Amino acid sequence: MPENGHAATELTRRRMLQGAGVALTAAVGAIVLGATGPADSPAAAADPGAGDRFDEQYRGRRITGAPTAGAAGGAHHHDTGYAVQIDGRELHMMRNADGTWISVINHYQTHPTPRALARAAVDDLQGADLAPLALV
Amino acid sequence: MAVRKNQSTLTAAEKRAFVDAVLELKRLGRYDAYVSTHNQFIISDTDRGERTGHRSPSFLPWHRRFLLQFEQDLQSVNPAVTLPYWDWTADRTPTASLWGNDLMGGNGRARDGQVTTGPFAGGTGRWTLGVRPDTRDYLRRSLGTGVAQLPTRAEVESVLAVATYDAAPWNSSSDGFRNQLEGWRGVNLHNRVHVWVGGMMSTGMSPNDPVFWLHHCFIDKLWAEWQRRHPSQSYLPAGNTPDVIDLNDTMKPWNDTTPADMLDHTRHYTYDSTF
Repeated sequence: MPENGHAATELTRRRMLQGAGVALTAAVGAIVLGATGPADSPAAAADPGAGDRFDEQYRGRRITGAPTAGAAGGAHHHDTGYAVQIDGRELHMMRNADGTWISVINHYQTHPTPRALARAAVDDLQGADLAPLALV
Repeated sequence: MAVRKNQSTLTAAEKRAFVDAVLELKRLGRYDAYVSTHNQFIISDTDRGERTGHRSPSFLPWHRRFLLQFEQDLQSVNPAVTLPYWDWTADRTPTASLWGNDLMGGNGRARDGQVTTGPFAGGTGRWTLGVRPDTRDYLRRSLGTGVAQLPTRAEVESVLAVATYDAAPWNSSSDGFRNQLEGWRGVNLHNRVHVWVGGMMSTGMSPNDPVFWLHHCFIDKLWAEWQRRHPSQSYLPAGNTPDVIDLNDTMKPWNDTTPADMLDHTRHYTYDSTF
């Protein structure tokens, strides 16, 4: 699938992807962040603030991410402070103590940003849709 | 006393008995509860909140109890069955007999990751995923693509040499044996194996792949090995730790088992050898 379509959203993104996430764009299909080498040197994790959000087409899927409003996020099992959707369906995700992220799709492999996590989930899904969070 | 054996040493009859018991739990509708329980814990265990099954000291006793429950369930089908373990430092390629048609079945196919061989292939109609993260209802694997290499024996030895069981802040950022075995720090053992197998094993619903049990049985064996090598060390923390299971706290979901209850595996089973 084409991997262009990032250009427009590159303008809107802020500091989130200024690290390993850029490298990830060029390494789709061979995502080996975090779990490959010694885990005591994790990929640098950006700290998403209130302005850090993304909305892009990635491999034919719409991925969006934005901070959530505190703990009021009803469907969230715990307050991660951030939520990601793939084609409108929420990806269950979690933040590690070192600032890296994991999701229900990649639960044993850390990613530096929510966007990198969302892209990794799209890669795994191969066109399938996420199950509703309630089923998770 | 039940003996848990290295999967590579199982006879054809032992493999068949194990596979048949797993398939029977699936047919009876009991298997998916293990997938669901595991996922409920993995998505609710957080570094800064309550944590029991993962990223915490009780990762090891929780999974020991979880495996015991599953093993007892298998034994209700066939009393002769015990959990085998997968020593991934030795059987470290997709050509290992573990992935044969008489045990776990093989790798997923390139197109969609679907496992098409062995007793757990989607096409058999006997292994349809009920508790799953997405719309695909078939078992998937992608051996060696998420990460190229399984941990080596030398890497396992380096973790077994860590004398302290666990350390504050008792989560994925901790120093100590537990977190290096779990894999959030250090050479990365347990987590890396999940990633190496790929497919369902990379997800919170990882027990959908029966190799989950063989992987965790080896992790359990490595805990026993660490105890053997460090007889003066014990489970930590010992008490009064918020959000964390102390030595004598009961663990959810059973609420009748403490880490202290789980320290001596020989009350329940032995292993066929030391590491």
